[in-house]
Amino acid sequence: MSAEATQPGSVPFLSTSRQLRHRQIRGQVMRLLFLAATSVGILALVVLLWTVLDRGVPWLSWHLITNMPSRKPAEAGLNSALWGTIWVISLTAIIAFPIGVGAAIFLEEYAPKTRWTKALQVNISNLAGVPSVVYGLLGLGVFVQFMNLGRVVLAGALTMALLSLPVIIISSQEAIRAVPLSLRQAAYGVGATRWQVVRHHVLPAAFPGILTGTILAVSRAIGETAPVLVVGASAYIAHRPAGFLDGYTVLPMQIYGWTQRSQDEFKNGLAPAGIIVLLAVLLLMNSFAIILRQRLSKRSQL
Amino acid sequence: MSVEAAVSSDPRSAEIAQALRGSGRRHGSERVIEILLGACAVLSVATTIGIIIVLFEQALQFFRTIPVSDFLFGTKWTALFKDGEFGVIPLVAGTLYIAALAMVIAIPLGLMAAIFLSEYASPRLRSVLKPGLELLAGIPTIVYGYFALTFITPNVLKSISPATAPYNVLAGAIAVGVMVLPMIASLSEDALRAVPRSLREAAYGLGATKLEVSTRVVTPAALSGIVSAVILAISRAVGETMIVALATGSKAQLTADPREPMQAMTGYIVQVLSGDVARGSTVYYSLFAVGLLLFCMTLAMNILSQWFVARFREEYQ
Repeated sequence: MSAEATQPGSVPFLSTSRQLRHRQIRGQVMRLLFLAATSVGILALVVLLWTVLDRGVPWLSWHLITNMPSRKPAEAGLNSALWGTIWVISLTAIIAFPIGVGAAIFLEEYAPKTRWTKALQVNISNLAGVPSVVYGLLGLGVFVQFMNLGRVVLAGALTMALLSLPVIIISSQEAIRAVPLSLRQAAYGVGATRWQVVRHHVLPAAFPGILTGTILAVSRAIGETAPVLVVGASAYIAHRPAGFLDGYTVLPMQIYGWTQRSQDEFKNGLAPAGIIVLLAVLLLMNSFAIILRQRLSKRSQL
Repeated sequence: MSVEAAVSSDPRSAEIAQALRGSGRRHGSERVIEILLGACAVLSVATTIGIIIVLFEQALQFFRTIPVSDFLFGTKWTALFKDGEFGVIPLVAGTLYIAALAMVIAIPLGLMAAIFLSEYASPRLRSVLKPGLELLAGIPTIVYGYFALTFITPNVLKSISPATAPYNVLAGAIAVGVMVLPMIASLSEDALRAVPRSLREAAYGLGATKLEVSTRVVTPAALSGIVSAVILAISRAVGETMIVALATGSKAQLTADPREPMQAMTGYIVQVLSGDVARGSTVYYSLFAVGLLLFCMTLAMNILSQWFVARFREEYQ
């Protein structure tokens, strides 16, 4: 045996028993450190939720949801913001869903794998990384100013739709890619056209995934403040939107407005209560997505 | 034997012939559908071009009054004052300072969490911790902003250092760090998990401890994925808006003291649009100049991140 091999340290993981114990102890210590690091995130979540609940729960009441914003904290509510969110997000989904799924189908089922398709794909993933405030500026330049829509629901929804599109496209592509090739080949084998294959076989199989991805993208849009702030949602608006071309506010904007007020009732009462309502809406959307996926995927297995 | 001959021997030949004749029309509508779907995909390119045109066009209006060099290299940003100066350096410094401090928190914690989740955690523990981190990632940024302004600053930082200003860099940086932590953790974990088992087993076979396997074999093998995750996280931190708008204040100044307020680029955009701004004024156009710079910075980082994965990825069979 060579002297080199017995020399501890010259071979990466070879050591004397004392060194070995040292290494094992270090491993145990680091294990705890890794666990602690992971817990920091969870701890932050707990502290954040606790702070919000502790301050906001006493302010939760029925008239928080039914009243319009007011200068008097006891009477202030977020009814107009809730309706504004419903208007903007429904419209966002109506615009972004068909376009996003269409783009995903094109990229997965139709587009030849050329350099152009690849460029398109890279472009979409880059769009997903553009800060949301930049989408706001795009909306401000194109929808509010150039198309002269003004500070209305439609401008907010169009901006949000552009923001959600890359996420919807990417998640729909993943869902479509997960459909087994044999399904397509069987359909082509009996003479179906490309669209028939997509319409009757690929889409139904991919639908649970597509829908979940869309709901998640849309629920992310619900929490977005910056783009709607830039395209002109007001922090104080005391009526529900009457239509697509009416002024509006949304839940995060209302929270933003209340947070910026100097009075304690707004800052440490209504704002956290508003956050609870916002988080409840998000939780509802996400649970809906999960349940929908489970039910649909069960059915498609039958 | 031709198709027609085969068909005519079938009792339902008339029906089938009908179907075959209809296939001309079928091809026509197929084409229409393909074009429609293609148009959907092209819309994404249109969005990109739209962003670039809008930002450039409006920024150009701004650069008519303020020379590009004054904007890029000026060290004084007093846009909302009378005869204000538009030197973007304080805003860029604010953005980068906040992002850097956020990374000091998020990179070590995120990476350690990724190693723990991928290498150490039992499936049961993982099934608790992972959804927890995902929940953290799903919290809207306005909530983080609220938390930074009304909890981190008054309840945490002020009790450590009473000299902390009500709006300060540190509170924003902590909140941004916590916000991007799940992103680093989850993307790095994906990269670590993609390292083949055989590499780990080989290292164990040489007598390595779990720590040595994790940090000296698995982590280096997944490095391209980890670096790309970190770059993406920096890009997110730079583009983050509501946290810095709420927590770090609207004083554009150059300072090294994290207890002081500093305005970020995104914070400036929000500040201007929260008030009334006259369309067509220099301040209005300055939004797009700042936005253009922000867009270029994040785009460069996103491309760098993709390049990193493509260039340095370790391929295993």
